[in-house]
Amino acid sequence: MPAGSSGGYHRRPCDGDGLGPRVWGRPVSAPLRLTSFPKCGPPELPGWPSRDLQGFPWPSSLCAPPPDPPSGAVRSGAEPAAAEGRGAGISSLTMDPECSQLLPALCAVLADPRQPMADDTCLEKLLDWFKTITEAGSSLLLLQENPCLVELLCHMLKPQDLSSRVLSFSLRLTGVFAAQEDCFQYLQQGELLPRLFGEAGPLGGAAWTAPTVRSGWIQGLRSLARHPSALHFLADCGAVDTIFSLQGDSSLFVASAAGQLLVHILGLSMQGPADGPPSLQAGDWPACAQKIVGHIEESLRSMATPQITQALNVLTTTFGHCHDPWTRVLWVRLSPLVAGLLEKDPVPAAHSLVDLLLSVARSPGLSSSSCGLWETLAQTLSRLSPTQAGPLALGILKLQDCSQALRAQAFAVLLQPLACVLKATAQAPGASGVLDGTVGDFATVDTLLPSKAACVGLLCRTLAHLELLLPLPQRPCPWPQAPLLGAAVTLLQLCQGSASPTSDTGRHLCALLLGCVRVQRAALDFLGTLSQGTGPPELVTEVFAVLLEYLRSPDSSPTVLKKAFQATFRWLLSSPKTPGCWDLDPQALLFLRELLPVLQKRLCSPCWEVRDSGLEFLTQMTGRWGGQAGFRHTLLASEVPKLTEQLLRDPESYVRASAVAATGQLSSQGLCISPASPEHPGGQQKSPLSELLHILSTDSEGFPRRAAMHVFTQWLRDSHADVVGDTEEFVAGVLQVASQDLDWEVRAQGLELALVFLEQTLGQPGSPCPYAVTPPVVAPACPLAQALQPLCRVRLFEFAFRALFDCDRPVAQKSCDLLLFLRAKMASSSSPQEARSSPDVASVEAALQRWQAGDQAQPLGDLEPEVVLAVLKSMDLEGLRGALAESSDHVEKSPQSLLQDMLATVGILGENEADCY
Amino acid sequence: MKLYCLSGHPTLPCNVLKFKSTTIMLDCGLDMTSTLNFLPLPLVQSPRLSNLPGWSLKDGNAFLDKELKECSGHVFVDSVPEFCLPETELIDLSTVDVILISNYHCMMALPYITEHTGFTGTVYATEPTVQIGRLLMEELVNFIERVPKAQSASLWKNKDIQRLLPSPLKDAVEVSTWRRCYTMQEVNSALSKIQLVGYSQKIELFGAVQVTPLSSGYALGSSNWIIQSHYEKVSYVSGSSLLTTHPQPMDQASLKNSDVLILTGLTQIPTANPDGMVGEFCSNLALTVRNGGNVLVPCYPSGVIYDLLECLYQYIDSAGLSNIPFYFISPVANSSLEFSQIFAEWLCHNKQTKVYLPEPPFPHAELIQTNKLKHYPSLHGDFSSDFRQPCVVFTGHPSLRFGDVVHFMELWGKSSLNTVIFTEPDFSYLEALAPYQPLAMKCIYCPIDTRLNFIQVSKLLKEVQPLHVVCPEQYTQPPPAQSHRMDLMIDCQPPAMSYRRAEVLALPFKRRYEKIEIMPELADALVPMEIKPGISLATVSAVLHTKDNKHVLQPPPRPAQPTGGKKRKRASDDIPDCKVLKPLLSGSIPVEQFVQTLEKHGFSDIKVEDTAKGHIVLLQEAETLIQIEEDSTHIICDNDEMLRVRLRDLVLKFLQKF
Repeated sequence: MPAGSSGGYHRRPCDGDGLGPRVWGRPVSAPLRLTSFPKCGPPELPGWPSRDLQGFPWPSSLCAPPPDPPSGAVRSGAEPAAAEGRGAGISSLTMDPECSQLLPALCAVLADPRQPMADDTCLEKLLDWFKTITEAGSSLLLLQENPCLVELLCHMLKPQDLSSRVLSFSLRLTGVFAAQEDCFQYLQQGELLPRLFGEAGPLGGAAWTAPTVRSGWIQGLRSLARHPSALHFLADCGAVDTIFSLQGDSSLFVASAAGQLLVHILGLSMQGPADGPPSLQAGDWPACAQKIVGHIEESLRSMATPQITQALNVLTTTFGHCHDPWTRVLWVRLSPLVAGLLEKDPVPAAHSLVDLLLSVARSPGLSSSSCGLWETLAQTLSRLSPTQAGPLALGILKLQDCSQALRAQAFAVLLQPLACVLKATAQAPGASGVLDGTVGDFATVDTLLPSKAACVGLLCRTLAHLELLLPLPQRPCPWPQAPLLGAAVTLLQLCQGSASPTSDTGRHLCALLLGCVRVQRAALDFLGTLSQGTGPPELVTEVFAVLLEYLRSPDSSPTVLKKAFQATFRWLLSSPKTPGCWDLDPQALLFLRELLPVLQKRLCSPCWEVRDSGLEFLTQMTGRWGGQAGFRHTLLASEVPKLTEQLLRDPESYVRASAVAATGQLSSQGLCISPASPEHPGGQQKSPLSELLHILSTDSEGFPRRAAMHVFTQWLRDSHADVVGDTEEFVAGVLQVASQDLDWEVRAQGLELALVFLEQTLGQPGSPCPYAVTPPVVAPACPLAQALQPLCRVRLFEFAFRALFDCDRPVAQKSCDLLLFLRAKMASSSSPQEARSSPDVASVEAALQRWQAGDQAQPLGDLEPEVVLAVLKSMDLEGLRGALAESSDHVEKSPQSLLQDMLATVGILGENEADCY
Repeated sequence: MKLYCLSGHPTLPCNVLKFKSTTIMLDCGLDMTSTLNFLPLPLVQSPRLSNLPGWSLKDGNAFLDKELKECSGHVFVDSVPEFCLPETELIDLSTVDVILISNYHCMMALPYITEHTGFTGTVYATEPTVQIGRLLMEELVNFIERVPKAQSASLWKNKDIQRLLPSPLKDAVEVSTWRRCYTMQEVNSALSKIQLVGYSQKIELFGAVQVTPLSSGYALGSSNWIIQSHYEKVSYVSGSSLLTTHPQPMDQASLKNSDVLILTGLTQIPTANPDGMVGEFCSNLALTVRNGGNVLVPCYPSGVIYDLLECLYQYIDSAGLSNIPFYFISPVANSSLEFSQIFAEWLCHNKQTKVYLPEPPFPHAELIQTNKLKHYPSLHGDFSSDFRQPCVVFTGHPSLRFGDVVHFMELWGKSSLNTVIFTEPDFSYLEALAPYQPLAMKCIYCPIDTRLNFIQVSKLLKEVQPLHVVCPEQYTQPPPAQSHRMDLMIDCQPPAMSYRRAEVLALPFKRRYEKIEIMPELADALVPMEIKPGISLATVSAVLHTKDNKHVLQPPPRPAQPTGGKKRKRASDDIPDCKVLKPLLSGSIPVEQFVQTLEKHGFSDIKVEDTAKGHIVLLQEAETLIQIEEDSTHIICDNDEMLRVRLRDLVLKFLQKF
């Protein structure tokens, strides 16, 4: 059971009848009667460790605070750095007495192999807590005040059947303590560190087989390695060699952590002693750094790919994280070896090599051409296969400063697969245009064609890379827009089977790509992105043709269709505009006329995803061009508005929600037509407003109701014709339905609508940005109380007060904000009528208190503005807002609660298991 | 092994396999596309059709105007529709031993074969195939017989005249063999020759081969067939589907290790995905009905219609079509809908489990119960009083040449609100519509063909690994209209052998082994001798008895006793002439030792030459050659029998005898 949970069925282990008080949330009055700690004397007993550690001379300072703690070792718990620490929400930055009291028992539990921890997230939280404490104060002091901690660590040294989790935890905890140099020295004196991290510790034992122990060992050292003393320690205990071997660990986590630790140690050792930075001559580097670099060199020379990969990964991290001058020396020293890798066939560890080269290229100190980096990159580009070279090419093109020649080469590599596609499908040679120059490499054709998987993978990656590149300012210039458009269109045609290539390669490509949904999706996305640029008119015509083909095709999968809709919208957006007119150009209108019958059919699709995408597309289009004559005329001539209205009754809730949004948009633009529907022949069609209100009050699913609330809010904002007629009736009706909704998002959206109404009634709130151009504030000409009359009439306050005590926090927060806004209004205007002491106020306050207590049955009745103002004034809204801002488990999230939780969990573990059966 | 190809239609096959002294006809499909050349048979007098102008030659000669009518630039035969039969001249069909039927669409030519060719064999098919096949035949006969047509055109078939006709009549093939539809009596007689079989049932044919039907997943009771002897296996795949529709899934595993796989009945519309087409069907149906139009679905009374009704069952509520009536009009509509519900054992697993609930496996039962689907034998009678529009009508025949569909085409064709949706892939929808032009109603082509497509075939072939594939020639090249689509053909190694109508294929497959039984007493008498570790040999002297394609080795008769006093001997006492058995030899001759032995025996001047296959020992003086090869030794000497025998004996010394 994790800390902070509130299950009432936990029992304390020592409560004989199991009916004792709950453990967390309050201090435990009596010490726990835990008898399982084998060597657990009372923590205050001085000198017990010396008995345990057989003659080890513990310094006398163990039981007393050191006379002169190092400056800065004890820091105020309120330091900002600590306050922002990674305390995982555990608020206390110092060890409070209650926790100190619980700690010995907990340590005893941890050290007892018979009481296994069921949930190691507790250990993680505990460790986080210790990190927070040690970041805020002295570790040494902590250990001295809580000897049970050292006792726990010492306990780990004994040969026994300890849980690997606890052992791992202890190693990490030791590292956390030893991160401070004085504490490190203290633990060193007791030889605890060499015994834990050296050969004598778990390293040589059976526990080492558990990956979690190896990981704990690495993380412990990672925390510990913060100061020069730690470097000596690492050298003395031979840890670096162990880390080398752990780089190839069977557990990926351990292997990766080992690599990172090496990087950390290298960085630490290169920071140099206090007397100055280390020499920039590689030969003068500290022994530890020399050793690590030597190991990397050896690995790079190795024939085994895993070793090369490890070395490259270490270097990638190094150059990625550290930009000190010595990294340049390191690169100069290692770059010949890295270049040597390129001479092997095939190039080993190509992915890691690419990562390294990009990491080096991005490093500020190294990216100049003097390091020979550009040459290496150019050589790599030409040596790697198109699949491997793609990411490198993209990385190069993203670099801010690199030679034009290299950029051109990288771009050519990136374009190669598409150039191949164009060449394979070209009716006449040379038709692929700018991309032509990039072809000529048979390797690409070979990579493209051997299998469907390879071909699809390469093409998808290429399209994704180009899509990433397109919006960047440093994208290659000139950008080959037309050939790329051609390539995207050709790919889509190949996937659809509508291309008719004449070459064998083209036919083969067609057979590979036919019906491939992945390529279709990637190509449609790419095509959509390309809409940002312009293309030759004949190509744009082809784009629209291929999009229409996809939208029409019965074989387009729902996801492909959605992408086709998205791409179509983007292309329609980018279609050339007539100056001074926002309407679609004649060509786009022509396209639209062909598109609408397709959309019509899609809205009748048996597949709900298709109906949904169709409606979303319609909503987008209407939102953008709903006011334009050409669009309106075409849309109204189609069946689409009628179908949309029918889809409000779709059996699928997502579709109903999209239909609600579409209807809202159509209605806003006056595009809803109301002929008699086949379902109600002769009957009068309901207005969109009553349709949506019906959905809001009766729909069994949340999505359509939420969508209806969004539409209503938007209508109110836009002063929709149906709303303007009688706004108060509209708002009152909507709020009444929304207040009874079980979905919190609907209620929250109700508050949004209330806020819009409030703003419209009382005027906009002041803009928070002093430089913003604020619209002229429509200040109420009348006194505030009078201005509040409409709000009272629509029962907005009853809705807001009810929401204030909503069981869902976001609703309560939103309501709180709304009322605070209103109170701010109040403060800014004079309110002559005070009704502070009227009996109405008292009864309202009493009702609100009952509401807060959970009894919301009683309505507030008709409220007078004065009463509202008085109630608002008297409420502690700021306090409520503060309370609501706290996370729901803030009460439970204390270190003390964590400790109690852990103790309780361990104690009742057996009982729980029994209960399960 | 030979394959006689009697039909050129890849999905309506009719082939005859001669295999191990049996003659097996594989399917009996009837190509009905010939009917597209004829004018529709209207159920109700159609002034438009009866007033079509007669066709005359360019020179104005109008002698054919009674037989041929012109409609919107197309020429049609005004006669009872006729069908293109399988070849009957290629092989004497009275010698066919059995006919194996794969599915109900592939048995429509059965009455022509069983009733008019002297066929005396047995037909094998599963029960649903027979029952639904009977419904299809019954519907066909009914459609044609209920509109009697006095005239039967034959003049145009004259070869000299046919040449003068416009396309497609000019190009119609084998018109002389086209026949009118059979009668119900012939149908009943043909069906009486069918023996019912179940999946995986093994049927012995004359002891020579065993045939087994396997589920093919295409239609209720549809089967593929395994035809095998002890050492040969031929698989016949016809009309199979891997899609999850109503029938039992296809049994692929049993097709493995075939020597020959005959592959027919692939999808006719490889570019149309059935799922997408069902979506199109539903969308177009909903759009039409919402606009107040009617939807006409020309279809067969069984098969895809079950799946369509199931889709509509799920779709109509979501599309707001709950109040739209669905009519299914066919003389066999009722039987078809009911039969589908009772063949539980032939259905897919999901539908089978419903039966145990118990619930009807197909949801059309509920559509009927709730009056959303109504079925009528014909548009006369109850239908005319129940009929209300807008509605959806499912009716036959998909060729639009006969059946109730003709009436609806005439009735609804003039309004653009109505839609005809073609779902059956057997007929070109443009050709089907030709005699109805000009047509205002919308036409949607949503062919739903669930049979294997080329990707699925390619996977299937990879999995079952047949030694040889035989298929119609249409499958070995991309469709003419899409010549770049290399994916729309069978791609296998070795390349598939293709056949066309009226072709005889010698299958690339030699019989190598035959299973022979040894009688126990004979086996007891064998004395095996181990010649190599693990290999023992024994000589057998026996008499081979062959009867009903079974071969048995029996002990040889004892040497004939002196007849003694008997004067006559009975015929059964005749015994084969048993010669004295020569010993069998084995082993090899070591050349060096052989030469030494020859020298020992006084031969000199011996020369040994190495050849590709062994050695030649040349006795120069004696002018004699001894040719020693791996499996033979020859002594070549001219007219010196003594020398040859001497040399032979020397050779034999090196060999083992047993």
